[in-house]
Amino acid sequence: MTSAVPSDDSTSTTQADITAEIEEIEAAYQRSGVEETQPRRDYPPYRSTALRHPTKDLHHADPETIERWAPCFGTRDVDPLEADLTIQSTGEPIGERTVVTGRVVDGEGRPVRHQLVEIWQANAGGRYIHKRDQHPAPLDPNFTGVGRCLTDSDGVYRFQTIKPGPYPWRNHHNAWRPAHIHFSLFGTDFTQRMVTQMYFPGDPLFALDPIYQSVTDAKARERLVATYDHGLTSHEWALGYRWDIVLTGSSRTYMEPEDDASDRGDA
Amino acid sequence: MSTLTPTPGQTVGPFFHFALPYAGDRELVSPGTPGAVQLHGTVYDGAGAPISDALVEIWQAAPDGAVVARAGSLCRDGATFTGFGRAPTRRDGTYSFWTLVPGPTEEGAAAFFAVTVLARGLTNRLFTRAYVPGDTSVLAADRLLASVEDDRRATLLAVEDEQGLRFDIRLQGDDETVFLQFPGH
Repeated sequence: MTSAVPSDDSTSTTQADITAEIEEIEAAYQRSGVEETQPRRDYPPYRSTALRHPTKDLHHADPETIERWAPCFGTRDVDPLEADLTIQSTGEPIGERTVVTGRVVDGEGRPVRHQLVEIWQANAGGRYIHKRDQHPAPLDPNFTGVGRCLTDSDGVYRFQTIKPGPYPWRNHHNAWRPAHIHFSLFGTDFTQRMVTQMYFPGDPLFALDPIYQSVTDAKARERLVATYDHGLTSHEWALGYRWDIVLTGSSRTYMEPEDDASDRGDA
Repeated sequence: MSTLTPTPGQTVGPFFHFALPYAGDRELVSPGTPGAVQLHGTVYDGAGAPISDALVEIWQAAPDGAVVARAGSLCRDGATFTGFGRAPTRRDGTYSFWTLVPGPTEEGAAAFFAVTVLARGLTNRLFTRAYVPGDTSVLAADRLLASVEDDRRATLLAVEDEQGLRFDIRLQGDDETVFLQFPGH
């Protein structure tokens, strides 16, 4: 189930079947009265979870020294130009030029400073530069869909990119993913490591997508959706979206930026 | 304590290979470095099949137990040990790192690699630990290992073999790896 072309074994399940499963799980969740904030690891409508979710409860652990620190990234690691996905080739990529920006904070609202943010995405036609993506949509010779940046001293990241298109996948017959950008994040503690996806507001595919819906709580799902912000939109240039990210609570003693700088090999 | 609700995680999906791996990602040290060891293993699904599209990351102390907190993991200079590595699994589900054996970060503590696992079909990242085999009394005194059922403890221990240290990861099944939940998760 790695390519985007429907296979024989996935055509027997319809979108109606998947939607019914999604709605049944959500109804049961609402009856339970217990709030969930993260995706379910065992989420049958997303078929690939079947053999890949741990069946035993996660084991409680108190973070030890190494887990209360996180890998450190600096100006040696990331070129500031990597935050602009529209200038990686000689020509302009096709699609809606888009700015995505926001703040990365920990559970207490403190900015995650000078930390690595990595993104990857499909192009405007819904095609990834990946050999396993066989969706017959055009590749864009001027777009790789890969970006990186470091957050600033206030925890702010900012990318300029092209709005990705929705694309088909092989979960079931006529399955389409809502447009999204993959985000990879680090915090001040290794226990805050997170990989997630950012979505665009008002996508008609939300209700149909078992990956988005693997987060059973509607309020929690909303936290994955960026907000259109006309204040970020620039005249005759690009549309702006804001998406703030909250990592799990930090347990390490808060460090002032001055102290932080002394930890950085390339500071 | 936490006042904000964390953003949900989502699967890394099948298409991260053109973005997350980078040159030198799995070589925390060059293979010829004195003390270099291979940490390697296979990631398996619940049917016992190797997973060819997983991503394993490690974060570790230096051999003297120091947490190095040095930049340079994405652009290794051949001299700075940063403690972070990233390895996608291969077609046969195997992964490997060239690294140094971490030391205990505190007197008398057991040494381990902090590990995260990401994959298509895994809706959120998983955390685990790969303990360095050796001093059985130190391992026996470790709080986490002591809190795990006897028949599952071995899933957290790397095993010495001819290649170095082997740490297989099983997402599901009878010998499912012990995955960790930290406070606030």
